[in-house]
Amino acid sequence: MGRYVARRLLQMIPVFIGTTLIIFLMVHVLPGDPIRAMWGDKAADPAQVASLRHEFGLDQPLWKQYIDYMVDLFKGDFGQTFGGRPVSEEMGMAFPVTLRLAAVALTIEIIVGIGLGAWAGLKAGRAVDTGVLIFTLIVISMPVFVLGYLARFIFADELGWLPPNVQDSMDVQQLLLPGFVLAMLSMAYVARLTRTTFAENLRADYMRTALAKGLPRRRIVGVHLLRNSLIPVVTFLGTDVGALVGGAVVTEGIFNVQGVGNLLFKALGQREGTTIVGVVTIFVLVILLINLLVDLLYAVLDPRIRYA
Amino acid sequence: MTTIEKTADDAVREGAGDGGTPLLEVRDLHVEFHTRDGVAKAVNGVNYNVHAGETLAVLGESGSGKSVTAQAIMGILDMPPGRIPQGQILFRGEDMLTMSAEDRRKIRGRKIAMIFQDALSALNPVLSVGYQLGEMFRVHQGLSKKDAKAKAIELMDRVRIPAAKERVSDYPHQFSGGMRQRIMIAMAMALEPDLIIADEPTTALDVTVQAQVMDLLAELQREYHMGLILITHDLGVVADVADKIAVMYAGRIVETAPVHELYKRPAHPYTQGLLESIPRLDRKGQELYAIKGLPPNLLKIPTGCAFNPRCPRAEDICRTEVPALVPVTEQDGTELPGRGSACHFWKETIHG
Amino acid sequence: MPDVTKSQSGGAAVDAVAPPVEADAATTAAPAAGPAPQGKPRSLWGDAWFELRHRPLFWISAVLLVLLLAIAAFPGLFTSAEPRNGDLTNHFLTKPELTHFFQADWFGYDGQGRSIYARVIYGTRASIMVGVGVTAVVTLVGGLLGMVAGYFGGWIDSIISRLVDIFFGLPFLLGSMVVLNAFTERKVYVVIAALAFLGWTTIARVMRSSVITAKQADYVTAARALGAGTGRILFRHVLPNALAPTIVVATISLGAYISAEATLSFLGLGLADPTISWGIDISDAKDAIRDNPHVMLFPAGMLSLTVFAFITLGDAVRDALDPKLR
Repeated sequence: MGRYVARRLLQMIPVFIGTTLIIFLMVHVLPGDPIRAMWGDKAADPAQVASLRHEFGLDQPLWKQYIDYMVDLFKGDFGQTFGGRPVSEEMGMAFPVTLRLAAVALTIEIIVGIGLGAWAGLKAGRAVDTGVLIFTLIVISMPVFVLGYLARFIFADELGWLPPNVQDSMDVQQLLLPGFVLAMLSMAYVARLTRTTFAENLRADYMRTALAKGLPRRRIVGVHLLRNSLIPVVTFLGTDVGALVGGAVVTEGIFNVQGVGNLLFKALGQREGTTIVGVVTIFVLVILLINLLVDLLYAVLDPRIRYA
Repeated sequence: MTTIEKTADDAVREGAGDGGTPLLEVRDLHVEFHTRDGVAKAVNGVNYNVHAGETLAVLGESGSGKSVTAQAIMGILDMPPGRIPQGQILFRGEDMLTMSAEDRRKIRGRKIAMIFQDALSALNPVLSVGYQLGEMFRVHQGLSKKDAKAKAIELMDRVRIPAAKERVSDYPHQFSGGMRQRIMIAMAMALEPDLIIADEPTTALDVTVQAQVMDLLAELQREYHMGLILITHDLGVVADVADKIAVMYAGRIVETAPVHELYKRPAHPYTQGLLESIPRLDRKGQELYAIKGLPPNLLKIPTGCAFNPRCPRAEDICRTEVPALVPVTEQDGTELPGRGSACHFWKETIHG
Repeated sequence: MPDVTKSQSGGAAVDAVAPPVEADAATTAAPAAGPAPQGKPRSLWGDAWFELRHRPLFWISAVLLVLLLAIAAFPGLFTSAEPRNGDLTNHFLTKPELTHFFQADWFGYDGQGRSIYARVIYGTRASIMVGVGVTAVVTLVGGLLGMVAGYFGGWIDSIISRLVDIFFGLPFLLGSMVVLNAFTERKVYVVIAALAFLGWTTIARVMRSSVITAKQADYVTAARALGAGTGRILFRHVLPNALAPTIVVATISLGAYISAEATLSFLGLGLADPTISWGIDISDAKDAIRDNPHVMLFPAGMLSLTVFAFITLGDAVRDALDPKLR
């Protein structure tokens, strides 16, 4: 196990370098000059542009910029925004907010998703199954922002049940609506996956054995079926973190959550490379680590998987 | 300890009906499956019974309905698509088909247990064997987790799994095929049931292991004086263990007989064909007999005797009239206890 | 099937007599497979078509798709209204006239006095083009790379797989935001390129694993033993049998790409004026939503309907092609 973790961590290094390099290149190579953009439509003083360039290291060759950035990164230095604030400080404020939002979303996703999926899977082919199927299809068909505005319009503006904007991210009630919106898409996928694995595993031989053992239905479903069916769901949850991150950008914008998504969105608007690369780098790292975690969890859930 | 004298003794008891109420009696059982292509009639009026301590072998090829009958007895048929339009399954005289689901559940595992063919898929891959064995005691006897584990180790010892104590926490895939089947047997034996249904218990095993597992099963059966229904397509397995045989074809029993009589003098052309297709040393060099044709399509079972398209003796009557399972007698009319054949020409088959 | 011939024991196995046609177990009692002497043999695709025909959701999505494709190709046939130039004085945020079918004021007017019905109709093309475009590129590039990696293995596989890993580490939506942010002029083909750049990995992974499975099949070994060349094996034997999962993933992703385009346009990172995109219209509508929900409702509804049609089609195809789910 220890060796496996070490090997996986080593394997992560090239992937991490490759991914961050792509992002770095995207931000810095493609047309569009962020320094020039600071002046907007006004004419810029070439000398000032040049000095700013130098200050941010933008006059260096790209490969050197990237290496410098990476070296700084490992010292915990994410560089500075154009406004002069350290990126790490900005992210330090925004990350906990996003983390809380993600936690709310993940909880909804797991409870509602697995619950709905299990219900449909156990009644495969019946009306409930069709109902859940159509519900998930509708949810998947609605892009996050449509869902977000719809939810905000209905639950906040019209019904007034929940606040439309998040002022205090420590308040779970305020995070409920954005968390719900953020969770919906993945929740639908979790429900469908759970439904499929439930329906499939219901026909497994070991289910027949469990039945033949005279176990009560509660136990057959809750122990024998659930343990086997959760394995693919956990894998999905791991790979889905990336989608959750993308959705967070939109959701945070709609509900005015001051999280990383919002930070990134603002940085994109201002073409502020250091913040963009910083945020995405952290996201990539989180995704890679979560994938590793899921792999390890996989071994706990499925004893057939052995790591060598 | 009761040791069962086989064949003759048993056949007499069977014929005389001295065992009183049989442990299990299947009466005119029908099972059908509703599929996209129509109704597949898997079981079409099966009758058989098993007494305590007795071994009934149900023989037949794939699709003959032998496993489906067993699943109907066990109450583990997938319904739907499966359906039991008529018939009775009496356990100690009580019809299980009319019982409440809860009453039936309590019989399963405790009174009637089942051993499946492929232990690898029949055991839950993500639970340790100790847990799966112990579950029987926890659910049916309310034992604590710890006591159940101790019982599980005991059981594993009982079926002679080496180092049971160390292996109790292992998972099914960590055992060899033979060991896994022993675990299946242990699980079925756990609560010392009255009846065990073994559905091709050795088919998935290596030849060398087959005999060991079969011996273990027979030994435990003798020890606990259980009834055993042994479902198989392997005539070799049957000869050593069974007391009586029921041969199934297309969802019907076509012949019943005490085991050795069946081998000596089959009274149905299908049984005859089966026996002749066994390779024999004394017929070395000759071409092996094979029953021509294919097993019947259960969606379209041939009219009359289902075997008629493949039968060397088939005549017009076979294509129109379904032969009933009639008692088989000697040429002089002497009764042959326990024997029956569903063939219009059983006399010619057995005596000709 | 459980009862496959095993006759090593002293006695003969009954199965040795004839190949089993019907499965014995209750679960497989339906003679779904096997060459039943009566009736026609069925193929995977034939079976899939049979399944599809009996699914109402398939027909709903198919009809929707035909309609959407027609709208995308000939928007002028569906409305005579002008989508771009609004009439602020007369039509500022006019409410919809729900009985005026196919008229300019059917869905009302937006904050710039433009006919929402016309915008919805004319916006179809961009969405469909992005969806179909990305899917085509991704299937071609990802499919080819996945096939090559899966079939040849070795160092080719190592390189492609690492590349897939790297791109897979980038979240799709987030990555496309960064990529598209670098472009000032975001035409349809730029959006297609950006989404395809990040989206090809899914297809590559699916294709790779199904090619690996297919190439290990006995019929491929047999073909190789008979001296078939690499090209023939790959395109005649491996590809047709590895195609089903790829088709399924491609169809389902098509809907997701449309959704992604709209999201990006909504964020101002996707298509931009003068291209008409539902995403932009929804974004424009967000300030008006409280008092004039119709401004958002119709483009959002149309967008969701389109995504629904593609995802439902993909879903139906998947269920039909996957016999395990039956």
